Amino acid sequence: MKKIDKNKLILAVAAPLLAIVAAIVITSAIILSTGEDPIRAYTVMIEFGSKSDSQVWIVDKSVPYYLSALAVAIGFRMNLFNIGVDGQYRVAAFFAAVVGGALTLPGFLQIPVIIIVAMAVGALWSGIAGVLKATRGVSEVITTIMLNFIAGSLIGYFLQEGRLAEKDGNLFHTPNIPDSSHFFTLPTNPEPIGGFVVIAALAGVVYWFVINRTRFGFDLRAVGHSESAAEASGVSVKRMVVTSMLLSGAAAGLVGMPTLLGSSYNYGTDFPVGIGFTGIALALLGRNHPLGMALAALLWGFLDRTGIQLEFEGYAQEIVEVMKGVIVLCVVIAYELVRRYGLRLQQRKVGEELAALARDKGNGTNDKAGVSA
Amino acid sequence: MRRVSKLAAAVSATAALALTATACGESSTESSDKKDKGVGLAFDVGGRDDHSFNESAARGADKAKKELGVDVKMMTAANNETEQDREQRLTSLAEAGYNPVVGVGFSYGKSITKIAKEFPDTTFAVVDSVAKGKNIDSIVFSEHEGSYLAGVAAALKTKSDKVGFIGGVNNALIQKFEAGFAQGVKDTNPKIKLTSQYLYPNNDKGFNDPAAAKEKAKGMLDRGIDVVYTAAGQSGAGSIEAISQKKGAWAIGVDSDQYKQPGLAKYKDAILTSVVKNVDVAVFDLIKSVEDGKPLTGTNAYTLKEDGVSLSTSGGFIDDIMAEIEKAKKKIADGQVKVSETPKG
Repeated sequence: MKKIDKNKLILAVAAPLLAIVAAIVITSAIILSTGEDPIRAYTVMIEFGSKSDSQVWIVDKSVPYYLSALAVAIGFRMNLFNIGVDGQYRVAAFFAAVVGGALTLPGFLQIPVIIIVAMAVGALWSGIAGVLKATRGVSEVITTIMLNFIAGSLIGYFLQEGRLAEKDGNLFHTPNIPDSSHFFTLPTNPEPIGGFVVIAALAGVVYWFVINRTRFGFDLRAVGHSESAAEASGVSVKRMVVTSMLLSGAAAGLVGMPTLLGSSYNYGTDFPVGIGFTGIALALLGRNHPLGMALAALLWGFLDRTGIQLEFEGYAQEIVEVMKGVIVLCVVIAYELVRRYGLRLQQRKVGEELAALARDKGNGTNDKAGVSA
Repeated sequence: MRRVSKLAAAVSATAALALTATACGESSTESSDKKDKGVGLAFDVGGRDDHSFNESAARGADKAKKELGVDVKMMTAANNETEQDREQRLTSLAEAGYNPVVGVGFSYGKSITKIAKEFPDTTFAVVDSVAKGKNIDSIVFSEHEGSYLAGVAAALKTKSDKVGFIGGVNNALIQKFEAGFAQGVKDTNPKIKLTSQYLYPNNDKGFNDPAAAKEKAKGMLDRGIDVVYTAAGQSGAGSIEAISQKKGAWAIGVDSDQYKQPGLAKYKDAILTSVVKNVDVAVFDLIKSVEDGKPLTGTNAYTLKEDGVSLSTSGGFIDDIMAEIEKAKKKIADGQVKVSETPKG
């Protein structure tokens, strides 16, 4: 038994190691092919990325990424592909901004109200896909993608002067939320870090606890492994589909909050888009694990930060985007390769053990061992 | 046991993250050497070679490079950017000693306001937005007035009495183009039916998605529309391509004189005219003012009256209707016609 654990450990380390080495080799080859020096690129990235203001920037930037990855991962854990996090967080942030701009409560009341509205709207938006899947069997991939487009158009409709937005130069945005609802910041040098990093860390802990430590989480994972087996053991798969979509959407509702409460204070035509899709890549990269996704989000923040610097140093702007793609591919492929290798290893081991059993005790016990394997 | 250690790991990693974030080490602003390096140009999505808006700004900088001997550094925005990315791009340029630093595109409005405060000795400029600050030159254009003339031209050239407008993103800036165009069409011939469509409700991808513009233009052509005005930055190339494949249909270009764009040379015979926004002139003016030691600041409006916006005549396709266009231009310059900045209905 102990030996398998050791193998497991080696396999667990092998996958990320393989992915990192492969990603570095491939990106170096790509940079070389553009006629630039990869070593200098990495030096620039590491030097610039480790500066203190870069650290602050990277943490701030990775918070929405992390929340988005969490939202996607909730679905992934039960084989639900919630491609609609992008639409969910935008609709959520938009209506939260509208509510926030219309109210003037004290901050300790207003901030929770804004966040709860965002989570509720996000859950409502993803819930549509969940209900359609549970009642009509419509693939959530299709509905969530469609809902993304509808979300964009819905916001586009309301984000006009005379509807829910005001005009400010060449921008439309919702009325600003009052100063009292600006989120707190952590005092760091040279610039403070947005306080939402605390909420993100909490969300990560809650995610870990719910998935791994509660009956609900067990059911969720069971459905993810095998729907029919879960159904047979008394789990209502339909209910699980709706619930997990709702949770995923609620988590998606948080994605826009660091921006809304921490920097933009309104939802305008310049509100960030596309974070929901980044979340899919990060959930894959972090293997749906709360820590893995945190590392992945920080890595993405680091690449964003240093990518702009690379362009400044004369590298092609697209290099960093290519790196991101290569990293995701390498991780997915490396884990699959290692998993298959581990499976083969295990099969061989079980085979050997069975053969040994057969040699020792004869045919009668062989059957039993076969069943238990 | 394993679970507990995982939790411990999660907690300690969060703590470690918080610690690294309390930022030890020097900041990137402390380690730079400051000297005058020339002009820093930060483009909107689409980049320098968008054959349209950015390229117009680039021409101004190129001219300054040639005539004033200044160096030019160009950087480009990516899709799905946030304020943080724009702030960093501007900071990089200002910190390295580039002066002036120009944000090409209204999306730089907010970030310029913020970054200009941190670099009081550097002159900043933003195109298409009004940003407040002592060291900021806000360059704005009367796109609606130029587009009005395009509307007049479209109304006079259409045979099917159906014209179209394609906007990249449905925002206040592009609505100015739509509003002017619609008014120009209506004032010339109220019977003409105008179809206005946008590529994206609120995603700046609309400015570099030629494929989407191509599809929209095809759809318009199929409905019998024979003059299409596209205000969508780099995406416009897709629409022009689609229109060039249909005989008798005209495309109206935007921002640069697109007839003269080498990248669009294949389709130039379908480009009726372009609503030229003289971003190049504005950018050159600004660079020159900084070089002369008297940097421009405040809001500088480039209107139709002083040729800040104009209708291009290359190709000679609108020579036969120039009289009417001049008449319309005069009316706007005199204030007889007031062009609306927001579309009706």
